[in-house]
Amino acid sequence: MILLTLMAIVVIGIIRFKNLFNIIILSSIYSFLMASILLVLDAVDVALTEASVGAGISTVLMLSTLYLTKRNENPPIHNQIWPLLIALITGALLVFGTYGMPAFGIIDTPIHNHVGGEYLLRSIPETGIANVVTSVLASYRGFDTLGEITVIFTAAIGIIAILKKTKTKSKAKVK
Amino acid sequence: MRLDVILRIATKIFLPFIFMFAIYVQLHGDFGPGGGFQAGVILAAGIILYTITFGERKAKEYFPEKLFEIMIPIGVLIFILTGMYSLIHGYNFLDYDAISHHGTHGQHLGVLVIEMGVLITVSGSMVTIFYNFINRD
Repeated sequence: MILLTLMAIVVIGIIRFKNLFNIIILSSIYSFLMASILLVLDAVDVALTEASVGAGISTVLMLSTLYLTKRNENPPIHNQIWPLLIALITGALLVFGTYGMPAFGIIDTPIHNHVGGEYLLRSIPETGIANVVTSVLASYRGFDTLGEITVIFTAAIGIIAILKKTKTKSKAKVK
Repeated sequence: MRLDVILRIATKIFLPFIFMFAIYVQLHGDFGPGGGFQAGVILAAGIILYTITFGERKAKEYFPEKLFEIMIPIGVLIFILTGMYSLIHGYNFLDYDAISHHGTHGQHLGVLVIEMGVLITVSGSMVTIFYNFINRD
């Protein structure tokens, strides 16, 4: 509860600030709080990923983007009423949706009776890997992981294609 | 420049531990939280920290840009070739039982190899993206 309150405060800060540097640091803090919440929920793997990727690497990458652009936010060009209205309606719908969810921690929900239990039962005898998250990610759903690293591969190639200074270009600049 | 001393010394002290932790997260992924993705990001974060503190030129001496560019496709290749290996031996794609028949050894080895592939691709891409950003001023 304290963590969620802190997250709300950070979000208000992100909205209020106009300096992009502050916003990036605040979003890094937001990621750390998110990682703490995931840790409280016993999702250690996700917490580790959130802390390293969300708070670490993406902050650095956004700061290096900031280095290439301006430090301050542009004043909005359009009327700000519509985005607020859309956000409020979406938020209200999501809150309404949570009333349809089963109470927190109940066992006989679909999410606990689907393949999850099967994985927990079969993982150690079949693969001998103590961490079920790893065995699901790498063995049972190897295809998914292959797809994930192909996505990272594609993203890296795309960024190289956009940002890479080619030799001919830099020579042309010198001339 | 003089204020940098604290940063430099701190980086020098922390860097081996960051790399060690990355290797630990990588190899301990079978038993605790972690795996190739997280380890790759931590490894890349260590290299980025070094680049920020000691400057681009010195970093590129120890961590050449070309190496990380090559690492991106190599990781994907390791992953796909592992899948192909089991395909050639008459198993399904990415079925690690093809690697060894002693109980769960095949699974262990297969997971270790593909996690290594993930690590190589992830750290390669992160460092390459960062280098491309700082090259661009």
